[in-house]
Amino acid sequence: MAKPASNTSRQLANAGAWIDQRLPVSEFWKKHISEYYAPKNFNFFYFFGSLAMLVLVLQIVTGIFLTMHYKPDASEAFASVEYIMRDVEWGWLIRYMHSTGASFFFIVVYLHMFRGLMYGSYKSPRELVWILGVFIYLVLMAEAFMGYVLPWGQMSYWGAQVIISLFGAIPVIGDALVEWIRGDFFVSDATLNRFFALHVIAVPLALLLLVVLHLAALHEVGSNNPDGVDVKKKKDSKGRPLDGIPFHPYYTVKDIFGVGVFLTLFAFVIFYAPEFGGLFLEPDNFNPADPLVTPEHIVPVWYFTPYYAILRAVPDKLAGVVLMGLAIMVLFALPWLDRSKVRSIRYKGIGSKIMLAVFAVTFIRLGMLGMGEGTYIQTIEARIWTFAYFGFFILMPFVTKYEKTRPEPERVTK
Amino acid sequence: MIRIAFTIALLAAAQTAWPAAGGEGLEQSGANVHDLASVQRGAAMFVTYCHSCHSAEYMRYQRLAQDLELTEEQVQENLILGSGEITDYMKAAMPAESEQWFGKKPPDLTLTARSRGADWIYSFLKGFYLTGDGWNNTVLANASMPHVLWELQGIQRPVMETYTNENGEEETRIAELQVDQAGSMSPEEYDLALRDLTAFMVYLAEPAVLKRESLGVWVLLFLVVFTFLSWLLYKEYWRDVKK
Amino acid sequence: MSEKESLESVEPVADKGRRMLLLAGTGAVGAVGVGFAAWPFLASWNPSARARVVGAPVEAYIGDLEPGQLMRLVWRGQTIGIMRRTDEMVDNLSEINDDLRDPESEVADQQPPYAANQHRSIRPEILVLNLHCTHLGCVPEFIPEVGAQPFEQNWKGGFFCPCHKSKFDLAGRVYGGVPAPSNLVVPPYNFADNDHVVIGVHPEGAA
Repeated sequence: MAKPASNTSRQLANAGAWIDQRLPVSEFWKKHISEYYAPKNFNFFYFFGSLAMLVLVLQIVTGIFLTMHYKPDASEAFASVEYIMRDVEWGWLIRYMHSTGASFFFIVVYLHMFRGLMYGSYKSPRELVWILGVFIYLVLMAEAFMGYVLPWGQMSYWGAQVIISLFGAIPVIGDALVEWIRGDFFVSDATLNRFFALHVIAVPLALLLLVVLHLAALHEVGSNNPDGVDVKKKKDSKGRPLDGIPFHPYYTVKDIFGVGVFLTLFAFVIFYAPEFGGLFLEPDNFNPADPLVTPEHIVPVWYFTPYYAILRAVPDKLAGVVLMGLAIMVLFALPWLDRSKVRSIRYKGIGSKIMLAVFAVTFIRLGMLGMGEGTYIQTIEARIWTFAYFGFFILMPFVTKYEKTRPEPERVTK
Repeated sequence: MIRIAFTIALLAAAQTAWPAAGGEGLEQSGANVHDLASVQRGAAMFVTYCHSCHSAEYMRYQRLAQDLELTEEQVQENLILGSGEITDYMKAAMPAESEQWFGKKPPDLTLTARSRGADWIYSFLKGFYLTGDGWNNTVLANASMPHVLWELQGIQRPVMETYTNENGEEETRIAELQVDQAGSMSPEEYDLALRDLTAFMVYLAEPAVLKRESLGVWVLLFLVVFTFLSWLLYKEYWRDVKK
Repeated sequence: MSEKESLESVEPVADKGRRMLLLAGTGAVGAVGVGFAAWPFLASWNPSARARVVGAPVEAYIGDLEPGQLMRLVWRGQTIGIMRRTDEMVDNLSEINDDLRDPESEVADQQPPYAANQHRSIRPEILVLNLHCTHLGCVPEFIPEVGAQPFEQNWKGGFFCPCHKSKFDLAGRVYGGVPAPSNLVVPPYNFADNDHVVIGVHPEGAA
């Protein structure tokens, strides 16, 4: 031995250096965590990005454990879920974490997206951050839908029937496409089996990749903030933003607090309201799938209902499907629809503020109508809100271009 | 500003009617799944009156012994009909015969409290009445199930009333059910017995409910402590950040 | 830390004591929480209620088991053998003690105390054995005939494992010089009556 091992911290540093020469661990840590400068004025709405990551991890872990006991087989699937709920030690807890996690994922993602809408986080130079985010949202919907089919209850079955049939609206190839997706002439064991494969591995891999890209794009351009101010414009002598603070430790400790609040709410639902009044686990899904009996009232899970309301509002199969698809696709165009000089709603004009508020109400109200029975009155109301939904995007270029805005401040405000 | 507009808009949305379906006209069961004695009585009632025809095929008798604080011998003697083993699933004693009698297989009852709800079960079992055509039910019209509890409840007959419907036409409907011939239980006793049965079926639909609701308090307490500590930590670090 | 101190937006507080205390406290509580949260996931790997039911005791009728005959049944996925040994077979057991690794069944884990004897059984003639080889789990062949075998000159009858050539006598006792480390396992069992053996339950009063 050339040197006596005088202290352990020196040894650790040497080991760190050895690794760093071969794998850029500390460089990565600095770039993305300890020297990633985030604006210091993040508010409540900035918790939901990290919370979405947390839910993703929870869903993956609980999902892996459910896979160990679940049977992707039309004759056994329903019973295997009850087996998990009754015979597997703690199976009920793992299953409720997963089912509640699905709904919380969407709550968190919707709030995260609303944050983006409010503070103009989609505007240049963050167009790709937004677009990758919309892709995450799309893939997440596919993941949630296929996961919902797996318990093979009545809602799983008939939900799959309805959603897959949407593809039948596509001219010419529709019917063949539907048959190909199902792998049978009706929703059957073959459908369940392939949805299982997609749900547990294919889609989650795509989701993880998209999340990495979403974060990579974000860290390239830097985080937006409630003022919409570019913190990179004002830097100190060493090139660090004057209004930025290192993500670690300041936002890590703040996010840990957010995680605490989130987990408390999450645990409350898991332990005291796992069905959440039929919104998270629908009553009809406690009946085994029966291809011969259609439930009286088929509704998707709450997070799909705004789009379902739009679908039902249109008295034409193809047009309904197209409009529903458009309602999601239009989100991709958002960065170019907003022509305002300022990013944040704080400095936009009264027109934008009213429109955003109306849009939020529209989305919630469409969601409520999508859960309804689809009576005549409800359909009429859904049509009005559908106009409001698209009105938000159609009017945006004009309102944002011509309305009077307040000047953005030079530095972030409190 | 935006916050006020948003709040007003949300409140406006909340004021409008929630267009959800179902649940109207059901009586509250008042069933308490944590009342062990009630669930035990309900189990005995379930086995006596329901279990001959109805299975609970996801439930094992053995689990009853564990959760209802009975010995396996007690379950074997009192709750298992015929030749069932303690480790068996709760299969009906005579499914073939009952299918013949009623024209269809009596549904499995394991998850009824979750698919229909506790109040539905309670109201359904209170809602049987006899007409010239036989048994009928106010909650599930033309149910193929006869009133197996009639000896307890007695025989109810409907009192009809005439009313004018939305289109201005006169129609008749059931105003109330009256006990025509008294059963072995008073109406109050019958309600209590149904409450027990409903409590058992709530348990049957989700045996984990007992552990879930008793454990939840501790998990929440733990998380509140953790959240408080992390809040202190967050505030401590953020003293650094200049306003 | 020195770099951060010069940051425009941040000025670290001088007193670090409270900070470290809170960091340790939150970290410890968080670690305990992660530990608690991990428990249900690990426990979900235990045999489920269904596995326990399937693993319940099984009863076998031995009234028509001929002397010298071996019957097989499955308990908890293991092949269990029940054999009625002839008097001669029982007598022969003591003859080969010198060739065996544990002739007196002294290794406690291989059998319940009531079978820790030379014939390794409750009744001398009735042998109950888990037939899986203690080496790597194959099921040995049953070779009751006495006489020279390719693998053993002085064969008094027993079990021979084709996988890795381990040898056991008619009490499941392992020979020396073979890969299997110990005698075949005797499962818990008792006699319900003269003609019925229950596998999986110790006799009343025994551990």
